[in-house]
Amino acid sequence: MALAEAKQSATEARLAAMSLPEGGCLAAARQAALSRVQTLGLPGRRDEYWKYTRPDKLTSAEVSKAAVFASDEEPMFSEFDRLKIVFVDGVYNAEASDDLSLEGVQIDRIADICCQDIHWAKDLYGVLEARGQSPVARPLAALNTAFAQDGVAIHVTGKPSKPINLVYVHSDEASDAILHHVIRVEAGAEATILENGPAASRFNKCMEIDIADTGKLHLVRAQGRDHERRAATHLFARLGSESVFKSFTLTVNGILTRNEAVVEILGGDAIAHIAGACVGDGEFHHDDTVFITHDAVNCESRQVFKKVLRNGATGVFQGKILVKEGAQKTDGYQISQSLLLDDDSQFLAKPELEIYADDVICSHGSTTGAIDEEALFYLRSRGVPAHEATDLLTLAFLAEAVEEVEDQSIADAIVARLEGWLARRR
Amino acid sequence: MLEIKNLHVKLEDEDKQILKGLDLTVEAGKVHAIMGPNGSGKSTLSYVLSGRDGYEVTDGSATLAGEDLLELEPEERAALGVFLAFQYPVEIPGVGNMTFLRTAVNSQRKARGEEELSAADFLKTIRAKAKELKIDADMLKRPVNVGFSGGEKKRNEILQMAMLEPKMCILDETDSGLDVDAMKLVAEGVNALRDEGRGFLVITHYQRLLDHIKPDVVHILAGGKIVKTGGPELALEVENNGYAGILAEVS
Repeated sequence: MALAEAKQSATEARLAAMSLPEGGCLAAARQAALSRVQTLGLPGRRDEYWKYTRPDKLTSAEVSKAAVFASDEEPMFSEFDRLKIVFVDGVYNAEASDDLSLEGVQIDRIADICCQDIHWAKDLYGVLEARGQSPVARPLAALNTAFAQDGVAIHVTGKPSKPINLVYVHSDEASDAILHHVIRVEAGAEATILENGPAASRFNKCMEIDIADTGKLHLVRAQGRDHERRAATHLFARLGSESVFKSFTLTVNGILTRNEAVVEILGGDAIAHIAGACVGDGEFHHDDTVFITHDAVNCESRQVFKKVLRNGATGVFQGKILVKEGAQKTDGYQISQSLLLDDDSQFLAKPELEIYADDVICSHGSTTGAIDEEALFYLRSRGVPAHEATDLLTLAFLAEAVEEVEDQSIADAIVARLEGWLARRR
Repeated sequence: MLEIKNLHVKLEDEDKQILKGLDLTVEAGKVHAIMGPNGSGKSTLSYVLSGRDGYEVTDGSATLAGEDLLELEPEERAALGVFLAFQYPVEIPGVGNMTFLRTAVNSQRKARGEEELSAADFLKTIRAKAKELKIDADMLKRPVNVGFSGGEKKRNEILQMAMLEPKMCILDETDSGLDVDAMKLVAEGVNALRDEGRGFLVITHYQRLLDHIKPDVVHILAGGKIVKTGGPELALEVENNGYAGILAEVS
């Protein structure tokens, strides 16, 4: 079917200024992704999947300028022993990065792979993204696959002794960054990936994760505190049997953030947890769009998303659990909740279940509410000042999502950031 | 200690007068009990003194050691020494009991210009006090009142009282939902806190609790006023004859 005229011209306008980077062994994947973009067209305001979030600023040919945020805090995860890989405005920075060699893992730059004729990443780059285009189109991810010039390919073959930290730095107020990472976790291997930092004025990031049977991957990312960021991120994960994938995202501030997670469970007894906590104040729009497909028996998936919104901030949750025929004994859980700290903020939620197997447990819930007045009075009656009591209750609200972070010291670091955010708003 | 004069209170949202000229003085070191039939205004009195929203004071005053309570925020009243043991202690998922208590203790100390309690000192104190109330370590770690039995919740209230060392303790139907053994335990906790510098206001339906927490003075609250005041024998009279007889006598 031909695209609507408006969509066609918007897509052409965006593509006009772009050219495919050198491809090497990734050339075919890029070319195929480009034709996906052309066929699908970029997201428009009338697309059902973009009903709650306006995609204009993410798709426009021109990038809106964004002030470089000067933080008074140490960058997130600084206190941890980690292997640091730094990208400035979407470009790998060798000087700021650590040496990429670490036992149990092989790390290569996508920009280098593009010059090679053969590399393992070619069997993953764009592959999960292409699979993820059905049943719902994700054209911004295809755009990413086609045009990303940088990123890393991480091949986890053992159990690296420390987390790999992708650090994003924003330095140019007109930067428009596209990054694409691919991660392959081999059988029995296990790694933790951390991501943090304001990446660019506009950021399009795609991460494809392929976890072999019995592999484990923990992903913890922190977005923020830059206010003027516009970001679209995609996470595509494919899980083999008895594998584990746990992802947690902390989002603080940001004019527009859309985080999509597309998880396909193909092997039995696998576990996928996708969680997020976000806090927004004023000009803030945060969208979590999650699609988990169960295509194997006896697997567990959890979606836990909590949003704290104030001063007219908007939170969006679109979450789906699809249980395919034969995916018996599936245990699917989904919760999305918002805490509105005033009457001006809003939370829009679209939870979906689609189940074709008859022996499964799937539950979902979505709530939106204010601070519990009873609890607030109880705390105050014990001498806790109102603002402190409100903060305590707000953190308590976010706790279920933060608990999804397995490493306690990382969870503590996240709570500390949330405390800081709340304290600055007293 | 606590001085209430001609207190008139109505509900904020509706035109319903609940307290209609209540006078009451609780001296330091004394235990006063307030008994009364349903709807007489007992719980309203406890909430108005602790500063809960939803009530409007239309006349009268309430002071603690000379300080006007009614103008203060709930946390300011707490720092002055008001403590309300709730009839229905609130469950707060996600907030650990220990964190809650430590925040409360230190908030009050800070408000009074005292030094905050160190983590070690706090831990030492709370462990000792919890042990006396047969509150195990697990209960301290769990979220505030979540999954606690009725008795555990009330014991937790008394533990908070013990940690906060208030000047004026108000117990709102602390006996409700307790079996005899739990009531004894709670009463022992309260009795351990009886002190020359501390006043108690024990609100209850039944005389039962007063067997364990012996009051110095007993008041009967009806129709928003104290209608009769006497010694412990007044509670027994209620137990034997019900409120009807006393109300008929004073009307």
